[in-house]
Amino acid sequence: MLEDLTLKLEKALKKVTGQGRLTENNISDTLREIRLVLLDADVNYKITKQFIEDVKIKALGQEVLTSVTPGQLITKIIYDELTKLMGGQRSELNLNASGPTVILHVGLQGSGKTTFSAKLAKYLKDKKRNVLLTACDIYRPAAVEQLRLLGKQIDVPVFSIDGSNDAVKIAEESLKYAKENGLNTVIIDTAGRLHVDEVLMDEVSAIKEKVKPTETLFVVDSMTGQDAVNSAKAFHDRVNFDGIVLTKLDGDSRGGCALSIKAVVSKPIKFISLGEKLDSIEIFHPERLASRILGKGDIVSLVEKAQEQFDEKEADDLEKRLMQNKFDFEDFLKQIKMLKKMGSMKSLLAMVPGLNKQIKNTDIDDKQLVKVESIIQSMTETERSNPKLLNGSRRKRIAKGSGNSIQEVNRLIKQFGEMQKMMKMFSGKSGKRIPNLKNLNFN
Amino acid sequence: MKLFKNINFEKLKSGLTKTRQKLVNSITEVVSGKAKIDDATLEEIEEILISSDIGVETSMKIIEKAKEMLRSEKDRSKINIVELIKKELSEVLSKYDDEISESEKIEKFKPYVILIIGVNGAGKTTTIGKLAYNYKQAGLNVVIGSADTFRAAANEQLEIWADRAGVTLVQKEHGADPSSVAYDTVNIAKKNNADIVLIDTAGRLHTKNNLMEELRKINKVLNKVLDYAPNEVYLVLDGNTGQNAIIQAKEFSKYADLTGLIITKLDGTAKGGVIFQVCTEQKVPVKYIGVGEGIDNLQTFDSKSYVEALFEI
Repeated sequence: MLEDLTLKLEKALKKVTGQGRLTENNISDTLREIRLVLLDADVNYKITKQFIEDVKIKALGQEVLTSVTPGQLITKIIYDELTKLMGGQRSELNLNASGPTVILHVGLQGSGKTTFSAKLAKYLKDKKRNVLLTACDIYRPAAVEQLRLLGKQIDVPVFSIDGSNDAVKIAEESLKYAKENGLNTVIIDTAGRLHVDEVLMDEVSAIKEKVKPTETLFVVDSMTGQDAVNSAKAFHDRVNFDGIVLTKLDGDSRGGCALSIKAVVSKPIKFISLGEKLDSIEIFHPERLASRILGKGDIVSLVEKAQEQFDEKEADDLEKRLMQNKFDFEDFLKQIKMLKKMGSMKSLLAMVPGLNKQIKNTDIDDKQLVKVESIIQSMTETERSNPKLLNGSRRKRIAKGSGNSIQEVNRLIKQFGEMQKMMKMFSGKSGKRIPNLKNLNFN
Repeated sequence: MKLFKNINFEKLKSGLTKTRQKLVNSITEVVSGKAKIDDATLEEIEEILISSDIGVETSMKIIEKAKEMLRSEKDRSKINIVELIKKELSEVLSKYDDEISESEKIEKFKPYVILIIGVNGAGKTTTIGKLAYNYKQAGLNVVIGSADTFRAAANEQLEIWADRAGVTLVQKEHGADPSSVAYDTVNIAKKNNADIVLIDTAGRLHTKNNLMEELRKINKVLNKVLDYAPNEVYLVLDGNTGQNAIIQAKEFSKYADLTGLIITKLDGTAKGGVIFQVCTEQKVPVKYIGVGEGIDNLQTFDSKSYVEALFEI
C-alpha cells in the first residue's frame, strides 16, 4: 500500500537528510520535489499547494535545534501536516448498542460499494451482529443478484424486492424486515451514481431521509484522480456522509485522493478495502498512513509497542552492546524472545524506518524463529558469545542437538554474520544504508 | 460500410459539457485581457491542465511547447494562446490514430476478435453491452464471450446486456476456466459465421500476477483458434482515474498487446486527462468514450473534436 508514494518521498527527503543546515534554498528544493510527489500521487492541485505552503511556513518559522538534524526536522513537520490533513486520529464505525444500526453506502459507479457491503457485513457478523444486506441498486443489470450471491457466500440474508423500481421503498421495507426478523444491523447497498445526476442524487438523499442511517459511508476508489474533490464534495453536500471508505488499495501504490477528500469534506476515513476476498477489510489509521507515506516507518507504534514489552534496563544494556558492537548469539536469543512477545517478525520489521521497502518482497516465517531459537539453545555459552568458535564439528553437534540439518545451522550462522554487519552500521554513525534484507532470509 | 452511423458531435459535446465548461471558463478567465503570457498566467494554465489529470510532466511539456511557439507568434492574444494549447493537445492524441479504418479491418477478418480488459469497476461489461449494440446496429453479427467467470453475477449482468443488444452470448458456469470460454466463443462465432467477437474479462488489478497471467493465457488461446486473433485489445479506463492509469496501461500491456483505449464515465466532471500520457507511452489511440449508462451512450473517439469540445465556449 502506498509504497510508491513512500519511495518517492523518501527519495525527495534524502536530498535534505544529511545536509548541515536548513536553508530556504534546500527547503525549496525539497518542497518542489514533494509537490511533484503529491501531484503524481493524485493529491488535488489546490490541496497540494496549501500543504506545501503550510510546511514551508512551519519549517522556516522554526529554529533548527542542535539536537535534531535538518532532515529530521522537516520530516517531522511534513509528517505532522500529513497526519493533520488526514484526520489526526483514527475513527471507528458508530454502532448502536441498543436498537438497530443502519449503514448506508453511497458512491460513484464502480467504486466497489457492493463488494464492500458484503465485506462489512462479514466484518460485523464476525463481531456478533445480526446483519441484513439490502439491495437498492435497481439500475445496474444483475446488481441485486450479485449482492444475493455474495450474501450467500458469507451466510448473511439479503433483502430485495423483485421487479421494484423504487429504491427508497426497498430501503424502508428492509428496515421493517430486519425488525421482524430480529436483525440489528442493516447495510444498504445503493446504485452507483454520478454526482451531477440530479435525479439519482435526489433518490439517494430520499433514502437517507427515510432510513436515518447511523452511518452513511462514501465509498471511493483509491485510484481516483483530481476530480475526487468534486464528487466527494457533491455527495457530501447532498447526503452529509459520516465517513469514507477507500477501496482497491491492494492494487496500487498511490492514495493521494484520500488526502484530498479528507481535506475537502473533513470526514474521517473509516475503512480501507484491500482485495476481492470478503475478509480483506481494515480499519484506517491516519497516523500510520502518514508515517508510511513518509517512509519513516511506523515509528510511533513501534515505540509504543516496544515500551510495553521491553524491560527498559535490558534495552539499555542492549543498546550499549550494540554501540560497542558486541551483539552476539545470546543477545540475539533475548531479542527473539522479546520479538515473539511483540508480534510477527514481518509486521515489526515493517515498522522500522527504512526497512519497509526492503522487506516488501521478503518472506519471513515466524515458525522459523522457533528453529532459530532451538539452534542457539544448542550452543554453549562460550559459543554464543563468540560465534567465531563455531567450526565444523561444533556445528555438527549443534545440528544434532537441535534436531536441524547442518545446512540450517550454517545458514543461521551466515545470516547472523550479515546481521552483525548491519548492527555495525546502525551503531556506527556513518549513516550508511542498511544492506538488502533479501540476503537475510529466515527461511 | 459505415460503422457507428448514430454518432453525432452534439452527443459527444453534451457528454463533455461539464468538463468543457469548467476548462473553458478557467482558460478564459486566465487569458482574457492579457496581452502576453506571464508567469502567473502560465501557473494558472498549469493548474487547469493538472487539475484535468493531465499530469505534471505532460502538462509541463505542453506548456513548454506552447510557450516556444508563442515566441515566434506576433499574435499573443487570448485566442491564440488557447489555439496553440489546443493544437498541441490534439496532436498528442491523434498521433497514434489508426491508418486503416475499422470497417476495412472487419471486412478482412472474420470474425473480428476484440478482447476487453481493465481493472475492477472500470466499466468493461457495460462497455461491451454498448459495443455489441453499436455493431449490431451497423448490421453486423455479434457474439459475446463471458470470460468473467469470477465476479458474482457477472454472467447474469452480461446476459441482460446481450439481450438488450440482441446478440448471441457464450458463457460457462461460475468459476470455469476463462480461456475455455474464450475458446468456445471463437469457435461458435466461426460456426455461426459471425462478424464480431467481443470477449469480456474479469476485472483485475494490475498488481495481481496470477490474474494477469490468466489474461496472457486468454490471449494465447484466442491466438490458437485464430492465428490473427485478437484483432483488438482494448483497455477500459475509468475516466475518474488519476495518474494510476499510466501504470495500469504499462502493466496490462506486458500481458496483452494493447491496440486502443476506452474511457468511461466521462459524463461527470472528471476529464480523463491522463489519456494524453497513456496514449503517448503506449502508442495507442483512444477508441471510444462512455458518456452514460444508456446502451447508446458509447461514442467513437475523435481526438480533434475531443479537444475542440474541451475548449469550445
